[in-house]
Amino acid sequence: MPILEVEHIRKYFGHTEVLKDISFSLEKGQVVSIIGSSGSGKTTLLRCLNFLERPDQGIIRVNGEILFDANDPSTQQESEIRRKRLHFGLVFQSFHLFPQYTALGNVMLAKELLAKQQPGYDAGKKSIHAKIEGQARELLRQMGLSDRMGNYPHQLSGGQCQRVAIARALALQPDILCFDEPTSALDPELTGEVLKVIKELAEQKTTMVIVTHEMAFARDVADQVIFMDEGHILEQGSPQDVFEHPREERTKQFLSRFKQG
Amino acid sequence: MEQILDQLPVVLKSLNIGFLQTLKLFMVTLIGAFPLGLVIAFGAMSRFKPVSIITKLIVWIVRGTPLMIQLLIIYYFPGLVLRNPIWGGGEGGRFLAASVSFILNYACYFSEIYRGGIQGVPVGQREAGLVLGMTKTQIFFRVTLLQMIKRIVPPMSNEIITLVKDTSLARIIALQEIIWAGQAFMKGSQGISGAIWPLFFTAVYYLIFNGILTVLLGQLEKKLDYFK
Repeated sequence: MPILEVEHIRKYFGHTEVLKDISFSLEKGQVVSIIGSSGSGKTTLLRCLNFLERPDQGIIRVNGEILFDANDPSTQQESEIRRKRLHFGLVFQSFHLFPQYTALGNVMLAKELLAKQQPGYDAGKKSIHAKIEGQARELLRQMGLSDRMGNYPHQLSGGQCQRVAIARALALQPDILCFDEPTSALDPELTGEVLKVIKELAEQKTTMVIVTHEMAFARDVADQVIFMDEGHILEQGSPQDVFEHPREERTKQFLSRFKQG
Repeated sequence: MEQILDQLPVVLKSLNIGFLQTLKLFMVTLIGAFPLGLVIAFGAMSRFKPVSIITKLIVWIVRGTPLMIQLLIIYYFPGLVLRNPIWGGGEGGRFLAASVSFILNYACYFSEIYRGGIQGVPVGQREAGLVLGMTKTQIFFRVTLLQMIKRIVPPMSNEIITLVKDTSLARIIALQEIIWAGQAFMKGSQGISGAIWPLFFTAVYYLIFNGILTVLLGQLEKKLDYFK
């Protein structure tokens, strides 16, 4: 059974249809890269998965459970959405770290707030806190930020910020980690360090949905590539299929620009 | 000069009493306008059109007319026009009317500062919190509030320092604040008359008090400097 199933998602902003009947599925431990020009709906699709936008039609399923069904209001209750969101993690293009917390604080905050709502928190406060801190430190170490844990976001480079953001998303152990153009706000020198971290996550079999403009990276890291154009999935398949043997003229045209550049 | 030294103890005592009234008005205005400003800010940002339109209309009127006129209207209108002196007589009545005028006026200015602070926090901060499974309350208190405060401290400091000086406008309805106390020695009070220096000397009180406030607010601003 696929870990993620997206079926016939449609999304309108006013009269503009930004997602037109999007369907795809993803197996556990696999990576899907979503490519396509700006305005093709890639980001909106990620935002739908994370419940930042509500699709007007369609179904989203994780591990077989229907998380969202546009035709079933009972799947859209505000109180439930919070829990459902935790199936997904999202790494934003411009990080959105919390400026008043250190790198470590950023990674720990959400987990601590969740722990506080669990019964028995007050009794085991100290050990719970220590455990969360230990996990956060380990994550930041994995991201190569051992010596940056006490720094505030404004004291970090863009690449370091993005790695903190990845650790922050991982801290909640989401089933599926989504990236929204994670390197688009970085200069080329810093892009590499972030891509390296994401590649390592792929090697550890982290299930990921990656929206990116880094074509070489999209090809190398993914098990599956989706090419989106004007709200449609125009092409979908293995990296070889999409990059080497694109069927659609539009895909060829899009990819040719990258090959020349 | 010798004469001034002779008058000094009496004058200072009188000015101190006046300044206490000034301070009282200052404090009451802050205590009232801080929360009322927030209410007005939310009103102006309301998605329910009638609320936002009415709130914005009030803010426009209050910010578009002199505080002195507002003081006069609020103090005299009920008694002289409506024949219903709701404020009561004497210094207590004047203080009440002055407080209401100042709170309303400053709340409108504060509301605009709050609005800037709230809208200045990037949407991404809220979305990052949502994606991490936080509730709206948690996001407000743990993520956005401090960023808002950091944004509003500098413009708020400006308004607070202006307020210290604006309290002198309450003189127009004869509230016995420090200007009134200083002026009394021109007409004659406690055996001193025709003395203008006490009125001039009131400036020193404002200057010292604003000096203290500037240092305190500057420290608060510095405290919030650890993040950007």
